[in-house]
Amino acid sequence: MARQPEGPPPPPTVQKLRLRYAKRGPLRFASHRDLARALERALRRAQVPMAFSAGFSPHPKISYVGAAPTGAASEAEYVEIGLAQARDPEAVRAALDAALPPGIDVLECVEAAEGGGSLADRIDAAAWRVELPGVALAELQHAVETFLASDVVMVAKRTKNGLRDIDARAAVVSASGAEEAGCAILGVVVRQVTPAVRPDDVLAALAAVADLRPPSPPRAVREAQGRLDDTGNVADPLGPDRAARTPRQGEHAVV
Amino acid sequence: MTGESLHATGETLYPRLEPLLAQVQKPIQYVGGELNAQVKAWDDVAVHWALMYPDAYEVGLPNQGLMILYEVLNERPDALAERTYAVWPDLAALMREHGVGQFTVDAHRAVADFDLLGVSFATELGYTNLLEALDLAGVPLHAADRDETHPVVVAGGHAAFNPEPIADFVDCAVLGDGEQVVGDITDVVKAWKEQGRPGGRTELLARLARVDGVYVPRFYAVSYGPDGAIAAVTRTRDDVPARVGKRTVMDLDEWPYPKTPLVPLAESVHERMSVEIFRGCTRGCRFCQAGMITRPVRERTITGIGSMVDQGLRSTGYEEVGLLSLSSADHSEIGQLAKELADRYEGTNTGLSLPSTRVDAFNVTLANELSRNGRRSGLTFAPEGGSERIRRVINKTVSKEDLVRTVTTAYANGWRQVKLYFMCGLPTETDEDVLEIADLAVEVIKAGRAASGQKDIRCTVSIGGFVPKPHTPFQWASQASAETIDHRLRVLRQKINEDRRIGRSIGLRYHDGKPGVIEGLLSRGDRRVGRVIERVWRGGGKFDGWSEHFSYDRWTAAAAEELAPFGVDLDWFTTRERTQHEILPWDHLDSGLDKEWLWDDWQDSLSEEEVADCRWTPCYDCGVCPTNGTEIQIGPTGRSLLPLTVVGR
Repeated sequence: MARQPEGPPPPPTVQKLRLRYAKRGPLRFASHRDLARALERALRRAQVPMAFSAGFSPHPKISYVGAAPTGAASEAEYVEIGLAQARDPEAVRAALDAALPPGIDVLECVEAAEGGGSLADRIDAAAWRVELPGVALAELQHAVETFLASDVVMVAKRTKNGLRDIDARAAVVSASGAEEAGCAILGVVVRQVTPAVRPDDVLAALAAVADLRPPSPPRAVREAQGRLDDTGNVADPLGPDRAARTPRQGEHAVV
Repeated sequence: MTGESLHATGETLYPRLEPLLAQVQKPIQYVGGELNAQVKAWDDVAVHWALMYPDAYEVGLPNQGLMILYEVLNERPDALAERTYAVWPDLAALMREHGVGQFTVDAHRAVADFDLLGVSFATELGYTNLLEALDLAGVPLHAADRDETHPVVVAGGHAAFNPEPIADFVDCAVLGDGEQVVGDITDVVKAWKEQGRPGGRTELLARLARVDGVYVPRFYAVSYGPDGAIAAVTRTRDDVPARVGKRTVMDLDEWPYPKTPLVPLAESVHERMSVEIFRGCTRGCRFCQAGMITRPVRERTITGIGSMVDQGLRSTGYEEVGLLSLSSADHSEIGQLAKELADRYEGTNTGLSLPSTRVDAFNVTLANELSRNGRRSGLTFAPEGGSERIRRVINKTVSKEDLVRTVTTAYANGWRQVKLYFMCGLPTETDEDVLEIADLAVEVIKAGRAASGQKDIRCTVSIGGFVPKPHTPFQWASQASAETIDHRLRVLRQKINEDRRIGRSIGLRYHDGKPGVIEGLLSRGDRRVGRVIERVWRGGGKFDGWSEHFSYDRWTAAAAEELAPFGVDLDWFTTRERTQHEILPWDHLDSGLDKEWLWDDWQDSLSEEEVADCRWTPCYDCGVCPTNGTEIQIGPTGRSLLPLTVVGR
């Protein structure tokens, strides 16, 4: 007879909180796994009363939503956590932000609305901003126009099953070139597809159609994630939760 | 260069490094920003230390020694310390291409800008990584070629008890515990800088050579006899000690470091925090260098441990704590400690672990207590030798019956897997000694199946090749050749697989004998071996602790070329047994152990005689305490842990 944990099962989830956080500066080099570890430790340090799974290796209830690739910064990463005791979302945000290393910054925390559907269902596209130091704006604009005028642009992508050719064009909703402080900026909105089309793939496509080859590594920032609306914009995935929110009686702003 | 400034700008290299990071594997390991990392302003302090662990970040970051010194130094208002680790070849190539030097991960400052580069050698296989780091830093490889604009390169860690193979590359080596000596070194460097650097680098090194525990190889000349052995080691100045002693921290409770352990973003080899519960060991295992050079035993008190565990968990968010030492079950308060920590953290999803290696039933009781309501996955024991005879030779005495009984107890208590550590290639060992490992494993599985009523229990046999180390009774021994090791492992594997019904429950883990031979060369080598290290590095050798980077052929070719002019070779340093009166390369470095006692213990070993532990039996005059003015520090203190309001409850 195998051993079983003694005592009652762990307390259930009584509150779900949804967080938006950023990865900035040098921490853009953190991978999804790095971020997950940092978050779990910060939750313990911040003494957030997490709900845990049952068994000998209890895991805190955390659901991650599509992480930005290693090397890309982001202003819009999302995660949902399950708590065993209800807490004020803003107090959790502040405590967690203080417990995380600088560069992983918790920007928002809202309570998930009952029956509002999952966070993942509210995200099907991302808006990216890619800084291209050393690239001339005219060159970028020409490349973007050529790319948008193409129906299909195949690029080689490294997947876990090896190199694979994918179409980088179909997933792109919009793309444009701009300039800020003398640096060319590519703005691009990409639909979530499998395998994913990421800024690197779009840049590979620009190289393929117009021979755009940045002299130094581009810096990508995911600026927003959410559901694509009819106008081609990305909607805030926490919007429905925020709208449904009515303040609770007797809530304390402590964690 | 005398009197000129060091031009130590301390400027960050990050803007130049960042574009390179986008092109390498696991860039997170190079960016720093760990929880509890510290960055101090360069110009606010007098003395700047770069601390290096000469292996990959994932191995180096959890290193306790480096973490301790990092905190101790940064607590000083007049000093700062930053960390640097070995850079993987992909980034190293880009750094060379773009002229970016070896950097610290904290503020990305150039290692060349620091006053001191302290390198902690847990193993000799890090030597080529030292050369790679010096070269990347733009610091001359040879200490003799450095001037006062270059950092003082200081070696520490267990391998520094014989730094002769790297004597050409380091300026100093530090023997023993680092906590206090880094402060003394800082004081010397600070005073010398404030006085306007009188006498240049030579004077600075001479002052350092007078610090207790600091060895400056350039002030000692080595000559060789016609037989290739050392004829004499003589000091070249009379103001440095003839023999250099080791440093010993006597009260561990006064040094509760690390107080705020570093927590990396990147994955590391130890995903937990550690608290050192005692230092030193007098079990007297004859193969164990750590147990010889860290004497005497000094315990941290139960209350000291309790507060370190509490503060560490609060400051890191780790969910597991390891209670570290060379033999944790030997702490005089361990039973009470295990119970009270388990009480304190019950219901908080906090794991406690003990690197439990001693083979006795008490260890199982402790492990049960620590895993009270957690998973009982694996338990590790280290009988080290396969037969009772060889266990008497190495002074790790446990009978076969006790071993089987202990392991069976573990299975009966719900542990599913037991790992047994052995060594192969021990002095006087025969094939039969090693084959007994198979008999033992088979008996363990049979008894374990009976005791647990389950068939899915496992026993993993893990075998390392024995490497004789300086300052141990086996320092005179012949090292087994790679062929011998490989042969014995082969016959052992065949024997385990003879009965598949049992054999499928036994896992066998081992490495081939080749890396051990090179480790042996570097462990017991003298200054002539430095040329071999340099040639290997120039030929592309680095990360020698990693099988995908280690090249045995490169090492043997370099050893043949570089040692031939001296009339010695690889075998001379490894498989050759030393005679009683041969001058060993580390004889002028004093671990406190009396050489005659070591020799007697070597002779006792050959006649299979055991020696008891001086914690519980009278002193047997190993020499350490009287030489160093130290004594055993053990409890019990009679104190107990108070309940706490703990994290996560």
